[in-house]
Amino acid sequence: MSIWEYANPKKFMQTSAMVLPAIAGLAVVSLVAGLIWGFFFTPDDFRQGSTVKIIYLHVPSAMMAINAWVMMLVTSLIWLVRRHHVSVLAAKAAAPVGLTFTLIALITGALWGQPMWGTWWAWDPRLTSFLILTLFYFGYMALWAAVEDPDTAADLTSVLCLVGSVFALLSRYAVNFWNQGLHQGASLSLDKEENVADVFWVPLLVCIAGFVLAFVALVLIRTRTEIRLRRLMALLARERMA
Amino acid sequence: MMPELGKYAFAVLSSYAASFALLAAVVALSWWQGARVRRALREVEDRQGKSDG
Amino acid sequence: MRALLIRDLRLAIRAGGGFGLGLAFFLLVAVLVPLGVGPEGTTLSRIAPGIVWVGALLACLLSLDRLFALDFEDGSLDLLATAPIPLEGVVAVKALAHWIVSGLALTLAAPVLGLLLNLPPAGYLWLVVSLGLGTPALSVIGAFGAALVVGVRRGGLLLSLLVLPLYVPTLIFGAEVVRRGAAGLDAATPLLLLAGITAGAAALLPFAAAAALRVNLR
Repeated sequence: MSIWEYANPKKFMQTSAMVLPAIAGLAVVSLVAGLIWGFFFTPDDFRQGSTVKIIYLHVPSAMMAINAWVMMLVTSLIWLVRRHHVSVLAAKAAAPVGLTFTLIALITGALWGQPMWGTWWAWDPRLTSFLILTLFYFGYMALWAAVEDPDTAADLTSVLCLVGSVFALLSRYAVNFWNQGLHQGASLSLDKEENVADVFWVPLLVCIAGFVLAFVALVLIRTRTEIRLRRLMALLARERMA
Repeated sequence: MMPELGKYAFAVLSSYAASFALLAAVVALSWWQGARVRRALREVEDRQGKSDG
Repeated sequence: MRALLIRDLRLAIRAGGGFGLGLAFFLLVAVLVPLGVGPEGTTLSRIAPGIVWVGALLACLLSLDRLFALDFEDGSLDLLATAPIPLEGVVAVKALAHWIVSGLALTLAAPVLGLLLNLPPAGYLWLVVSLGLGTPALSVIGAFGAALVVGVRRGGLLLSLLVLPLYVPTLIFGAEVVRRGAAGLDAATPLLLLAGITAGAAALLPFAAAAALRVNLR
């Protein structure tokens, strides 16, 4: 059984209908369990005090903000090469979700930074990179909205995603260079994964799992909507021509 | 039951509040858009006498 | 291809072609910023590299939406697409024309802005060099953006939203070259990175832009 079977919209709708309740349910369970565990049942950090609890939101959302874009890149490539509508509609569906995670990462990052750095916003390389990522998400979504013909929009946004990905990577390095000089460790970084002790690590993993599952569930829901929308537009066009 | 958040209470609580709000917003939006399209599709399909594909 | 270049240059330099407008805008930025941040010399000299570069970015943006739109509307873009020159070549030539009337002009006008913004003397050479190396990237990236939105009515604002994030690496390295040069430090690293981005963009983006144009011409 090849994954390409799901490129067939009908098969995709059938399969997603079956798995969606389970994925959504698991997402809710892991999110709730992970966040409750992290919030109520972990100690404070020696240096950061209770703000370490923000890690359970900040790290998973930041990871998913990037992963969402990578997923959009892959599905856009699949569309450009193999012309599977389900693929590009999944990319379109993922964008608002990725944007949401980016905003969560930004806001939690800024709120975490305020007591640590004494300022509401700091041009820390990672925060700045995420701010730029927000702009890429906005641009992608704006282009989908601006182009009338769906297949044209699909092609243009896919090319934008490709080129945007290259520049997003370039920007990441440029921003690191801009703030800290090349090859210097990000000393102000909030993502101290290498220092995260076990007592924080396990609930963090659960939260990460929760965010991943939430992303998958939301993308499935939204892709189903996009597929239905496409069918709706086709039927309406047929009515107009009849 | 509430942990001692101390002086960081605002940062921690508003992080959780903002995250929940944003997540809830995207879930609600996705659900609402989905419901709207599903309803419109059903109407058009009934009108055209087609079964759900 | 030379004929296309000359035609585009002529169109751009004619009244309403945006040539003078870009320069005027560039100058405006140099006037408005001191009015906004205060006339204090040391402040201005510290932010001068960034201001000139941001001004260059915005001034380049101004004439971008016209790059393909006019030809798209009157059908000449269809003709160009079927002409013996590859569409990628057309894009490159149009980007070159755009650069000549915007980026190159800005590069030559930049020392005047440096003067207005109290740029340290050591910085002038680096200002011109960085702009000279970096503005071609702005034109080529801009051409890609213009190709994406050519079918969109009033795509100017959308064009800015798409293109400005793509300008970030060039802006960062370009401004850094001037900052380091003005302070007498070694500017080789950002200069090489700046040149690399321009070279890569010039080599690859015409293909992406041509693909976008073909999609829009369907």
